[in-house]
Order: sequence, then structure tokens, then C-alpha cells
Amino acid sequence: MATLTSSRALAPIGTAGKLFAFGLDVGRGLFRRPFQMREFIQQAWFIASVTIIPTALVAIPFGAVIALQVGGLIKQFGAQSFTGSAAVLAVVREAGPIATSLLIAGAGGSAIAADLGARKIREELDAMMVLGIDPIQRLVVPRVLACMLVAVFLNGLVSVVGVAGGYVFNVVLQDGTPGAYLASFTALAQLPDLWQGMAKALVFGLIAAIVASYKGMNANGGPKGVGDAVNESVVITFMLLFVVNFVMSAIYFQLVPPKTG
Amino acid sequence: MGVEIKVEDLSKSFGKQLIWGDVTLTVPAGEICVMLGPSGTGKSVFLKTLIGLLKPDKGSIVIEGTDIASCSERDLYEIRKLFGVLFQDGAMFGSMNLYDNVAFPLREHTKKSESEVRDIVMEKMDLVGLIGAEDKLPGEISGGMRKRAGLARALVLDPEIVLFDEPDSGLDPVRTSFLNQLIVDLNAQIDATFLIVTHDINTARTVPDNIGLLYHRHLAMFGPREMLLSSEEPVVRQFLNAQRVGPIGMSEEKDADELAAEADQELPPLPPIPMQLEPSNGIPRRSQREPGEWCRENGITPPPGSFDQNMTMTTGA
Repeated sequence: MATLTSSRALAPIGTAGKLFAFGLDVGRGLFRRPFQMREFIQQAWFIASVTIIPTALVAIPFGAVIALQVGGLIKQFGAQSFTGSAAVLAVVREAGPIATSLLIAGAGGSAIAADLGARKIREELDAMMVLGIDPIQRLVVPRVLACMLVAVFLNGLVSVVGVAGGYVFNVVLQDGTPGAYLASFTALAQLPDLWQGMAKALVFGLIAAIVASYKGMNANGGPKGVGDAVNESVVITFMLLFVVNFVMSAIYFQLVPPKTG
Repeated sequence: MGVEIKVEDLSKSFGKQLIWGDVTLTVPAGEICVMLGPSGTGKSVFLKTLIGLLKPDKGSIVIEGTDIASCSERDLYEIRKLFGVLFQDGAMFGSMNLYDNVAFPLREHTKKSESEVRDIVMEKMDLVGLIGAEDKLPGEISGGMRKRAGLARALVLDPEIVLFDEPDSGLDPVRTSFLNQLIVDLNAQIDATFLIVTHDINTARTVPDNIGLLYHRHLAMFGPREMLLSSEEPVVRQFLNAQRVGPIGMSEEKDADELAAEADQELPPLPPIPMQLEPSNGIPRRSQREPGEWCRENGITPPPGSFDQNMTMTTGA
């Protein structure tokens, strides 16, 4: 009985270990030749096509909400001239990577998990292994790289659309002045903010693709198993991404001091 | 010219549940073997263990000097190039049409030009009778066609060992006998080692050179076809003749009461041993033996009516 309870309690650790081992396998597969260029381009195109429009649509209200909140707050402080700078900071540092992570996990990751899960259930992955082809190298590596690439681009998209949305809301609805909004852009924000946003997006893409691939390739129990795998992969990715986002932000603030003056 | 598979002391369990233990057998090079067993005795697990998709708990599987159970991942991918496997549902890649499916191993593993690939693919498609269906997607064709396409893909790299996972499940009797004939013809043509996992008695009685029977978590018997077909061993006899009387029950084994109730029941006589299926061109296969040879060598009288050319293929009731 005791062993049963302990084995049940320790099961999540085992899963985490397996996920990590899978990540290492993918890392090893990265350097194995031949590189699957075709699959990579196809997947990048596919992931981009399922995420671009939702991302743009999410980014507009995201930028607007930040503009509304920050605009109201800043008016109370009497520092209207910094509205633009605060919006840029919030969108580029946090909103961009977070919105990217939501879309990459929700749209890209679920598509990857569903695709690989269906292949697993239909024994396609077994057939591939039997034909002497490593599915990690042939299928997972291109997907992971594609996901990372698309995540970085999506981050850029969110930043641009978010800042533009914030501008429109600030100028049109909150009676801000366009000049003040634009002029204060660089008052607080700095170039490293942009780099850390991209680094976050890169890591988010990596995590989302690895979790989705792992869950998809370990689906079992028929069509229901595929549904479970997709569901679990999205939930696990969300949790991981928010934790990683926090850790990376904390590290960033230690490494790069905030701009003064 | 086929490769021998030497299995020693193989055991596999999932969690605490033993699937089968201490399986020792040698699949002779170039011969056709059938692995039989009631549903749920781990026949498919056995097949997956042979190709290294599942790791056994103990024991060894030696193919050309490499032990699949303990070799490195890299060696495993190398040794798998010797294999052609026909999965139960064909396991075709759903995103590719049949032509690309069959061409897939060639494109991945060889540097052949596209026209050479085309020649080989067309030859194999012709072999399994799928000419004209190259552009279809696996989702658009029937289960039987998927199976034949899977067979074409399994054969495309000229394997030394071909494994069939229930080639006859879900096929009608006519297609099954065509497929059986195809298996025999293929063996005559490419001389590879064939292992068929099935529970179709008719296939088991007429196709193979050797039969193995998995039952109750162990290998009940493995040997030449005539040895098992003339065997008086209760399990072998019951299964190969599809009888209700014997140790195999509906769930797994019968309990003592049921066995006692059967104790004085007269066992029906062993049905005659049918002729082995011959290649359709009439030229005997390399590993084919004379009908009745094994029985003569071992001093066993086959059941009356055995090896009669005109004998019906029905199994005893």
C-alpha cells in the first residue's frame, strides 16, 4: 500500500523526467543529418498560418487594455507625457511574449499534438521506426525549429500591433496627444527590452513544441487518447510558459538595469 | 537469402502483468513461420519486441550477431533496415498518397534517382495488384487495399525478414486466400524469412513451414507444421482444430470444474493434414519439404486422409 501511494505521488516527477529526456533527445536530433528542410518549411508555414490571424486579433485588445489601464493610472500621477513609453514597455516586455505564448501553445502546440497523436494511434510512428527512420529527427526536430522561428516572428507582430492599438486608443479615446505618445517611446524603453522579448518568444516556442510533441508521441488508447494528449499538452504548456516567463523576467531585471533619466 | 532470428529466454511484462515468459525459439532463415495464439496472448507484443519497438524484460533476440534486446539505438535503426513489417492496418502515412508511401523508404534510405524509384515502386505495386491506385490517399481506400499497400511498402527495400501482423484480419475469405498465395509466392521469389502472426486456422494449417503457439503466458510449442498438426498435446490440438473441448476457455483457461466435466468427453479425431500451399508457378520453394516427410522421419502416422490433393480445406469441428 505504501509503495502504491508513493509511486502515485512520485509519478509527476517521473513524467517531468521523461519530458526532459525527450527534450534532450530532440537536442541531439538537432545535429543529426540530413536536416529535414522540406518538413521544416512546411511546418513553419503551417504553424504561421494557424497563428497569425488570431495573434493579430488578440494583440489589438491587448494593446488597448494596457493603454486604458496605464493611461488612467498615469493621469492620476500627472505624468501624461510618459503614456507612450509605459505602453511600449508593457507591450514589448510582457504582453508580446505572453500573447505569443498563448497562441503558440493554443493554436500551434495543439495542432502539433493532434497531428503526432493521430500518427501514433495509426501506428505510423511505429512504421516509421521500423523503416529505420527516427521520428524525433524526421518529424519532431523540424516542428520544434519551426515553432521557435514562428514564435519570434509572432512576438514582433504582437509588439507592432499592440503598440499601434495602444496608440489608437490613447489618441482617439483618451485624448492623448500623438506627439507626446511617440516622443516618449524611448524615454523608458531600451533596446535590450526588445532582445529579451525575442529571447522569451524563442524559449516559449521551444517549450510549446517539445511538450506538444512529447504528449502527441505518447498518446495511447485510441481516438480519445489523442484528445487527451492535446488537452494535456495545452494545459502543461500554459503552466510552464507562465512560470518560465516569470523566471526570465526576474533574470532580465537582474542583468539589465532599468533606464534612468 | 533470409536471416535467422534466434530468440532466447525472452520475457515481457507490463507492470506486474506477465505477457509471456521464457520464450525460446529459432526462426530458420528463409522459411515461413506462423505464430498462433488465442486473442490477448501477446502475439502483437511479441512481434513488436522482435523489431525492437518494445524492450523485453530479459532474454535476447539475435539477428546477424546483433542482440536487439540490448543493442544501442543506432544499431537498432541499422538492423531494422533488414526488416519489412506489415502492420495490422497497413500503417500508411495519412498525408501521402500510396505512391509516395511506397517510395518513402527508398527516398529516405537510398540515393536512387526518381526514375529508378518509380520503376521499383511500380514493380511492387504491380506485385500486390494496386496499379492504378497510386494517387489515392490511404483514407480513400478499403482496408484490404491498405494492407496490400502496406505490404508493397514493406517489400520495397528488399528485406531479409518480413513480419506480418495479422495479414488476414478484416479480409474476406477470398482476399485472405489470395493474400496467402501472395505470401507463398513472395517467399519463393525473395527467399526472405517470413513470420506471420495470426489466429486464422486456415492460414496456419496451409501456409507455413513452422508453427508456434503462444498460450497461457508461454510458448506452448514451436516446430514443423506437420509436428503441430499431428500433435496430441491438448492445447495445440484444441487450437489448431478450433474445438471447444480442451484447456482453452472463453476468458483464458478453464477452471477445474469445467475440465472435470469434459474429462470423459470423447475427443474428435484429428482432422487430416492438408497439403501445404505451393507457389503458383509450381516451382517448389527452397525451404519447402515433401508432404509427410517430417511424419515419416519421426515415425508418426498422420491422421487418415492426410496429404490428399483433393482434400477439402475445412477444419475439424
